[in-house]
Amino acid sequence: MSHDHDHHHDHSELSETELRVRALETILTEKGYVEPAALDAIIQAYETRIGPHNGARVVAKAWTDPAFKKALLEDGSKAIGTLGHVSRVGDHLVVVENTKERHNMVVCTLCSCYPWEMLGLPPVWYKAAPYRSRAVKDPRGVLADFDVALPKDTEIRVWDSTAETRFLVLPMRPEGTEGWSEEQLAELVTRDSMIGTGFPRKPGEPA
Amino acid sequence: MNGVHDMGGMDGFGKVEPEANEPMFHADWEARVLAMVRAMGAAGAFNIDTSRFYRETLPPHVYLSSSYYKKWFLGLEEMLIEKGYLTREEVAAGRAIQPAKALKHGKFDLANVERVMVRGKFDRPAPQPAKFEIGERVRAKNIHPATHTRLPRYVRGHVGVVELNHGCHVFPDTAAMELGEHPQWLYTVVFEGSELWGPDGDPTTKVSIDAFEPYLDPA
Repeated sequence: MSHDHDHHHDHSELSETELRVRALETILTEKGYVEPAALDAIIQAYETRIGPHNGARVVAKAWTDPAFKKALLEDGSKAIGTLGHVSRVGDHLVVVENTKERHNMVVCTLCSCYPWEMLGLPPVWYKAAPYRSRAVKDPRGVLADFDVALPKDTEIRVWDSTAETRFLVLPMRPEGTEGWSEEQLAELVTRDSMIGTGFPRKPGEPA
Repeated sequence: MNGVHDMGGMDGFGKVEPEANEPMFHADWEARVLAMVRAMGAAGAFNIDTSRFYRETLPPHVYLSSSYYKKWFLGLEEMLIEKGYLTREEVAAGRAIQPAKALKHGKFDLANVERVMVRGKFDRPAPQPAKFEIGERVRAKNIHPATHTRLPRYVRGHVGVVELNHGCHVFPDTAAMELGEHPQWLYTVVFEGSELWGPDGDPTTKVSIDAFEPYLDPA
């Protein structure tokens, strides 16, 4: 594929990038490195199989099954591996529990490390400079950007994902959910509550 | 390297702005870039640490002004050129000109897709016993390698406590430079906010990093 840069710059930076990306894929395909259908399949798998619904199921299970919760906090990857209905998870997943005394929050200051299999691909804000720079220095200020306020004496623990370990926050179970099923509870678990920048929804709170 | 990617503790980037109902990709090309990075990595063209290093070595103004997947694209293209999988001439022409370089794991085709859907394993057998115990006080070394490292600047020189031992893992500092895996013990080390940010720091804050043993001294 060719693209002529002599014509006037009437296309946006985005379409410039789009042309370059297409050119790269063409070269990789022509050289026999990748099969475009395999790239399509990767994208489709990300779009359909991973996402916060996986993490929500794990959290809901931990809220209702004390033995599972104990195993999850001891070895996240191993415990999740015992759940047939959740997509497979890689190694080195550490699950950290929020309590009244301690609130956990996860960041990757150096790049964008995030538990993809549990939460899907990270949102733009997680990968962007404002969050990465401030989460470790001013976590309460960052939480305020999410309209989250914690009691003054609650300890905030920030986990900077600097290696291949990945962190998932186990949020506190909302009050008023006694007797709820795992499926009902999973509906309350938000992505941000598993990053530590939000809380699960309360019963009756709109999605 | 002391690059702009090492952002922990920097000021001036403004508020965090979550996007309501954010789509997984903001343009089709972003998805193609993600897929190409995953595919070429799985085919053996580079490891995850090398790919991070190529994004970190983008010029600072480019790093700071490019969207996330634009950084991925720029890093991927440069890395594939430098590793000999394509040439600048081919990039300029937008088509293959030179013969292909053999990939360690062969062409990435449909049969390989499942492999990229689960993260790789990074733990390795321990070449020697761990130096530090849980609960031990350690000081993050004051080191400034010009190449890839996962020791962020904001903890260097500061004292923390070993909280978890994750076993021995591939050492990114050497793996990124293709100098071998050199597995090292990996610990979660937790620092008091006031230790990192001084007396004005929030006293209720603690920050941990996952630190490889060569990053740490006894304290």
